[in-house]
Amino acid sequence: MSVLVFADTSEGIYKKSTLETVSYAKAISDLLGSELVAVSMNATDNTALQNYGANQIVNVQSASLNNKQYAATLTQIAKEKNSTVVVLGNNAIGNSVAPLIAAQLKAGYTSNVVAVPINTAPFTVVRKNFSGKAFGQTQILSEVKVIGLAKNSFGIVEKPTTATVTDFQATETNTTLASVSVDKNSGKIAIADADIVVSGGRGLKEASNFSLIEDLAEVLGAATACSKPVSDMGWRPHSEHVGQTGKPVAANLYIAVAISGAIQHLAGVNASKTKVVINTDPEAPFFKAADYGIVGDAFEVVPKLIEKLKAFKAENA
Amino acid sequence: MKILVCISHVPDTTSKINFNNELTEFDTNGVQFVINPYDEFALTRAIWFQEKQGAKVTVVHVGDASTEPTLRKCLAIGADDAIRIDAVPTDGFFVAQQLAEIYKQGEYDLILTGKESIDYNGAMVPGLLASFLDIDFVNACISLEIDGTTATAETEIDGGTETFTANLPLVVAGQKGLVEEKDLKIPNMRGIMMARKKPLSIVAPVEATAVTEIERFEKPAQKAACKMIDANDVDQLIELLHNEAKVI
Repeated sequence: MSVLVFADTSEGIYKKSTLETVSYAKAISDLLGSELVAVSMNATDNTALQNYGANQIVNVQSASLNNKQYAATLTQIAKEKNSTVVVLGNNAIGNSVAPLIAAQLKAGYTSNVVAVPINTAPFTVVRKNFSGKAFGQTQILSEVKVIGLAKNSFGIVEKPTTATVTDFQATETNTTLASVSVDKNSGKIAIADADIVVSGGRGLKEASNFSLIEDLAEVLGAATACSKPVSDMGWRPHSEHVGQTGKPVAANLYIAVAISGAIQHLAGVNASKTKVVINTDPEAPFFKAADYGIVGDAFEVVPKLIEKLKAFKAENA
Repeated sequence: MKILVCISHVPDTTSKINFNNELTEFDTNGVQFVINPYDEFALTRAIWFQEKQGAKVTVVHVGDASTEPTLRKCLAIGADDAIRIDAVPTDGFFVAQQLAEIYKQGEYDLILTGKESIDYNGAMVPGLLASFLDIDFVNACISLEIDGTTATAETEIDGGTETFTANLPLVVAGQKGLVEEKDLKIPNMRGIMMARKKPLSIVAPVEATAVTEIERFEKPAQKAACKMIDANDVDQLIELLHNEAKVI
């Protein structure tokens, strides 16, 4: 018996969200009284996983793998390690690999889980559904369970252990899927990875005014985002659209500038811990969902905020 | 080229979400149902292949008779025919097994669908389906071209995009970007009239077991009231974010 966790890397380094996923998997292995096996992909230093409770580290080094190859590899390891729970983070790679593993292991899969299981027999988790407008308590009835963890829902918990490390060769599988190019948004912080997200709405009037959002994001080390109408009008790329049919945001701080807060937008961002709203309309529905609000013109408030934040950052650097 | 587009029938994005029977059932009272927005992107791209490359587009859906208007809308938008698998979907595993059966009977070249439904957000049916059928899978697709039997698909990855090539058959799960918002079709009167005459076949489900079960729903906790800050006092906001929320 074991709990298996997928520890992927970006340029050889574990992302914070990966360490959160490993911490979460450790909590499940504690609940079940079984060992935690971490499958490390292309890490330059996999010993870091020991700090978060991995008892065994399975080290895979390979040229880029596609989702089917990842799934075949993880499925084989899960079988060898007799894993009853397989945990992945709900990031881009986790989202495409998790269902493939679930099919191979005939396992029930629940994505967007927000906490440790509320019960292990029957195995019951709480997950987000209705695009963040509700939660569902879901039982997984199969012998093996696959769990996807929603970002920023558990946190990183250090639990130092000493792990055994073994090397593993990625599993071969028949596939025609071949990567031809990767285009990273260099120099920009991805919404999925950001602790702080600054987002602009239609109230900014035109595309060029988004320099305000970019400047505010730069001071805060934040990612930039936008509401649906803004991306529909082509002021900003689709990849910045956050909300029900865009990207979900689960940041520590979400700052919404000139966004009224339609129900679809709120659904996508309400997992953020602290929400700040700046809007000229005191009746904007977003104020009801926010923690801090300023009624005012973005073109006056935001430049002041940028200036004061620069001073604050200089003092607290 | 034959394209199978899998359609989910979901509450409109503006719906208020409520539950009945001690929070065990979704309350459909007053809720307008629509084609799942992600599936609509997929359908719109499929229709583009129909118009430009002569593809035949079949839509398929698992649901009872009450969901038929959603399938008729797909036909009015331009799908050639529709299949309704007559069952109330229990979970993603059940649905994917039903869809796999349809694929096997129809010799399709491409399965196009949305990356998730906006109601249960399982985000698993496309991947399960690909894995059950042992064909390649592209998730979070934002651009798709087909040339003969080769597909070129751009997908969203964390912090960027990645482009793949793959041979057909292929399962592609789309999202925003696959088509532009302005390309989404509103059925016109002619389309609606034609949809009435297009074939909509009803098939019995195959035996399949669900592996998950929703026990109960919860609504997010009510928020404390928003603290309002004077527009001339942004220092106070910075102070609160630093000392109270501890986020900067």
